[in-house]
Amino acid sequence: MATQKTPEQTLPQTPHEMIDATVYVLMPALSPEMKSGKLAKWLKREGDRVEAGEILAEIETDKATMEVEAAESGVLLRILAPEGAENIAVNTSIAVIAPGDLSASSSLALCTQAADDAPGEEEEFLPRITVREALREALAEEMRRDANVFVLGEEVGDSQGAFRITQGLLQEFGARRVVDSPISEHAFAGLGVGAAMAGLRPVIEFMSFNFAMQAMDHIVNSAAKTLYMSGGALNIPIVFRGPNGSRARVGAQHAQDFSAWFAHIPGLKVVAPYTAADAKGLLKAAIRDPNPVIFLEHEKLYGQSFPAPREKDHLVEIGAANIFRAGRDITFIAFSHGVGLALKAAERLSEEGIEAEVIDLRTLRPLDMKTILGSVAKTGRCVIVEEGWPQGGIGAEISARLMEEAFDDLDAPVARVTGRDVPMPYAANLEKRALPTEADIVAAARKALYLKA
Amino acid sequence: MAAANLAPPEGGNARLAAFLGDGDDVSIYRAMLLIRRFEEKAGQLFGMGLIGGFCHLYIGQEAIVVGMRLAARESDQFIASYRHHGQLLACGADPRAVMAEMTGRRGGLSAGKGGSMHMFAPECDYYGGHGIVGAQASLGAGLAFANAYRGDGRVCVCFFGDGAADQGQIAETFQMAAHWRLPIVFVIENNRAQPGGTGEPGYLARRGAAFDIPGETIDGMSVEAVREAGARAIERARSGGGPSVLEMRTERYRGHSLADPAKYRRKDEARAAQAPDPIERLREKILSNGLADEDLLKRLDAQVRSIVGEAAEYASHSPEPNAADLDTDVLI
Repeated sequence: MATQKTPEQTLPQTPHEMIDATVYVLMPALSPEMKSGKLAKWLKREGDRVEAGEILAEIETDKATMEVEAAESGVLLRILAPEGAENIAVNTSIAVIAPGDLSASSSLALCTQAADDAPGEEEEFLPRITVREALREALAEEMRRDANVFVLGEEVGDSQGAFRITQGLLQEFGARRVVDSPISEHAFAGLGVGAAMAGLRPVIEFMSFNFAMQAMDHIVNSAAKTLYMSGGALNIPIVFRGPNGSRARVGAQHAQDFSAWFAHIPGLKVVAPYTAADAKGLLKAAIRDPNPVIFLEHEKLYGQSFPAPREKDHLVEIGAANIFRAGRDITFIAFSHGVGLALKAAERLSEEGIEAEVIDLRTLRPLDMKTILGSVAKTGRCVIVEEGWPQGGIGAEISARLMEEAFDDLDAPVARVTGRDVPMPYAANLEKRALPTEADIVAAARKALYLKA
Repeated sequence: MAAANLAPPEGGNARLAAFLGDGDDVSIYRAMLLIRRFEEKAGQLFGMGLIGGFCHLYIGQEAIVVGMRLAARESDQFIASYRHHGQLLACGADPRAVMAEMTGRRGGLSAGKGGSMHMFAPECDYYGGHGIVGAQASLGAGLAFANAYRGDGRVCVCFFGDGAADQGQIAETFQMAAHWRLPIVFVIENNRAQPGGTGEPGYLARRGAAFDIPGETIDGMSVEAVREAGARAIERARSGGGPSVLEMRTERYRGHSLADPAKYRRKDEARAAQAPDPIERLREKILSNGLADEDLLKRLDAQVRSIVGEAAEYASHSPEPNAADLDTDVLI
């Protein structure tokens, strides 16, 4: 079967929700032996209207060719595997369809957005995967590896996940290990902690970390503190994961960055990856970790694709930042979606001969101060990027630590580029201004470099 | 690490076995008496300033945990609130380590880092000891979830009070426990101290009704009544019948915590008369049926006092935690 259908959805409301309601077209297998194939030809283009049963593409192996049909009518939102791409593994997503009757303008907006979300997509085709696929692979691999691992959350099973992270898991692992919960964040977070006390390895999905506020008590009072309160007798190996941070046009209660809240709590580890490879490697590490781990994903990253990790069992150490781009003049520190902004800002400054070093924190607790201090010792200047609010934020913490531990290395005050100190507005123009931008980072960098704006 | 747990139960849960004895009336009497005397001693140590902060005594409610412990299998898990010294003893935790935790000493069950409200004995299948009212219901459902996940036939016995019954997560937990038929028994210790509670018999037994969770109101001052109802509910859970609620009508003789003068209790003297002390009640039964004589009961009391005295002695002299312990056990 070439296309996996998602269950009935209510009509999508916003471009992002439309992406959520998408159907992935998967690389089909011509035979049970087939492991991978070539995408010979696309018969449809991004933005095209497709009808159920219509041929989308042709694939081939050294033995045969086959046509891929659309199982759903809608708009071909995005082509993930370009024409001519070879060695595409069976069941890899090759395209995205937005089902239903989308107007031409909204489908165009979706395609534009998809393109915006994926910088550098024009590059030569390498094995690439989206953050969504990376997370799914991590879950599936760890569930295969350890029978104690189970996934529980709202719509993770029958509905295949509100953001499709758990797509296919129910089919492979069954309802015992892919558990649809009621909308009871407080108690199902507690249930997860209790299951971890008994030695299982729960992965609790919050449909959004906004809803984790209901579960804060169990995250902080039960998960984070039990090891300490028991004098080391009882550990809680649990992962709480889900999207955190901004989301387009959903207003104040559904678009907030809680990174700093969780990073404040001793007894938790807090992870917020940017790339697909890090998402995969860190999620696998989080599931294997004997401590409670808060795993902060970002909705705007789910559909972005990155080079796939090469190793079969790809693990990334929790607590280790990554120097994403080397530079001598200024250090940008970012995490999650902010890394993309920092990289774009660095590219822009590079055109003027200013080379920014971009650190992807990847883990927010424990902070990799060694990498941060090493970079700032070299550059003497630092801009910290986050979507969260400024007061008591990740930037505030790093800034204080730099003042305490690297005062003599600094050639300029540490700068923060943060979300605006307001609840997230709904209006498009205000929302845009409430979030950090590439231009904000460039401006902060110029100021730290004592250059004219 | 909890070097603390200086004497883990030798081979299986020997201390639990000793606590329950043969499960006969005299053994049960002794078990309840141990909890009573232990709590009285804790009250004294609190008065002497050796125990700080909160100290929630179980005096008056002993029949509940002893009855449930008799009804359960050794491998069934217990989880409770901050009013849990009785649960700890009934699960086989070392009285010395429990008392030393209350005095904040290195030899405490949590190495002095948990305090009266936060003690855990996973080696005895006791999972705390939770300071947030109602937390143990969802956590207990998680233990039961693990039992169902593994299909190992274990049951979780989850204790909370009439106050906690009003917490929102109780309803959320009931829904999940019923939906997944989790092997759990919710024991509501209704000591009728909750402001706003109706006090009407059975009102908490019906709390699960909307979720099709059966409930019973039990005389929580009768260890036999608790044991019988507990056995039925545990068997139901073990055989896949799902959760039940047992509302235990009980009396807490002391304030909410020792910081609470319990002035509101005075007008309830008449109530106390209707619900005779569970230990006295059993004592009378033992004597009138000739199961033991006064002399034996005196010797038992002396034996219990000696265990408690030893615990208090240990708790008073165990050293405070090392300064370096401050930073350990945050993460593994």
